[in-house]
Amino acid sequence: MKVRVLVSFKDSVLDPQGQTVKNALHTLGYKNISDVRQGKVFEVDITDMSDADIEKIIPEISNKVLANPIIEKFTWEILE
Amino acid sequence: MKFGIVIFPGSNCDYDTFNVLRDVFHMETVFLWHKDHNIKDVDCIILPGGFSYGDYLRSGAIARFSPLMQEVKEFAMKGGLVLGICNGFQVLLELGLLPGAMLRNKNLKFLCQHVHIRIEEKKTPFTKRGEKGQVLRIPIAHFDGNYYDSEEGIETLIENNQIVFRYSEHNGLISDKGNVNGSKESVAGIINKAGNVMGMMPHPERASEAILGSEDGKIIFQSIIDWLA
Repeated sequence: MKVRVLVSFKDSVLDPQGQTVKNALHTLGYKNISDVRQGKVFEVDITDMSDADIEKIIPEISNKVLANPIIEKFTWEILE
Repeated sequence: MKFGIVIFPGSNCDYDTFNVLRDVFHMETVFLWHKDHNIKDVDCIILPGGFSYGDYLRSGAIARFSPLMQEVKEFAMKGGLVLGICNGFQVLLELGLLPGAMLRNKNLKFLCQHVHIRIEEKKTPFTKRGEKGQVLRIPIAHFDGNYYDSEEGIETLIENNQIVFRYSEHNGLISDKGNVNGSKESVAGIINKAGNVMGMMPHPERASEAILGSEDGKIIFQSIIDWLA
């Protein structure tokens, strides 16, 4: 089973890297882009585990390791 | 009195700190390897600066899982003195021994320069030799030193007098100009509620000999020595 976890800054946290990317896009003429938030992608392979267990461990590892819950949030999806 | 300096893969201020404690202050000082489970009966543990595990994932995020860190946590829970400098501070945040997190510097630049920090709290084991309001000139060298915590978290820090150092101008003025990395409340160093675990982004070990341009960092080490004596 392959799971994709997306980690990004909470809305309340300023993301200066995303701001810089947005400014660069504006410089290139993409004026309609009003905001960019930068994050991280983790593709996690899991073997021999039930769907119920996967639903349990993905939030667990995201909170413990992949994301820092003080500044970051995460979403996840099963890819295959 | 014995000091222990933790070495992670990627630590690079371990020997600087060792040099200050052994050769400037003539203290018994040992290195603590991150894979061991042995803190060698030390009285104070220092997590040095550097780039543990290459800053992979987040600064300090992987070092936190080193075998030795369990012992460091227990040592801290029992009241042992722990000082985290720069990356050591980031490790203490990830470990949960100190509140908050680090964001990238506001200008997205790696900052390597002397800065001024103001002592906000004198009643700590790490600053008792200084004076409240005293301005120290100590270098910083970091990419992720932009201290962040929620509004409630910051309020708690202020209420409990946990902000030990703030970035300031040379005359002690707290301002956006002095707050080089954009930290909330100009935080340069904080202490836990119990008052035995401190983290700071500036490097006192790089400012403890006149030949290096500043001796202001000695106040921190001398305070610890006085406290333990």
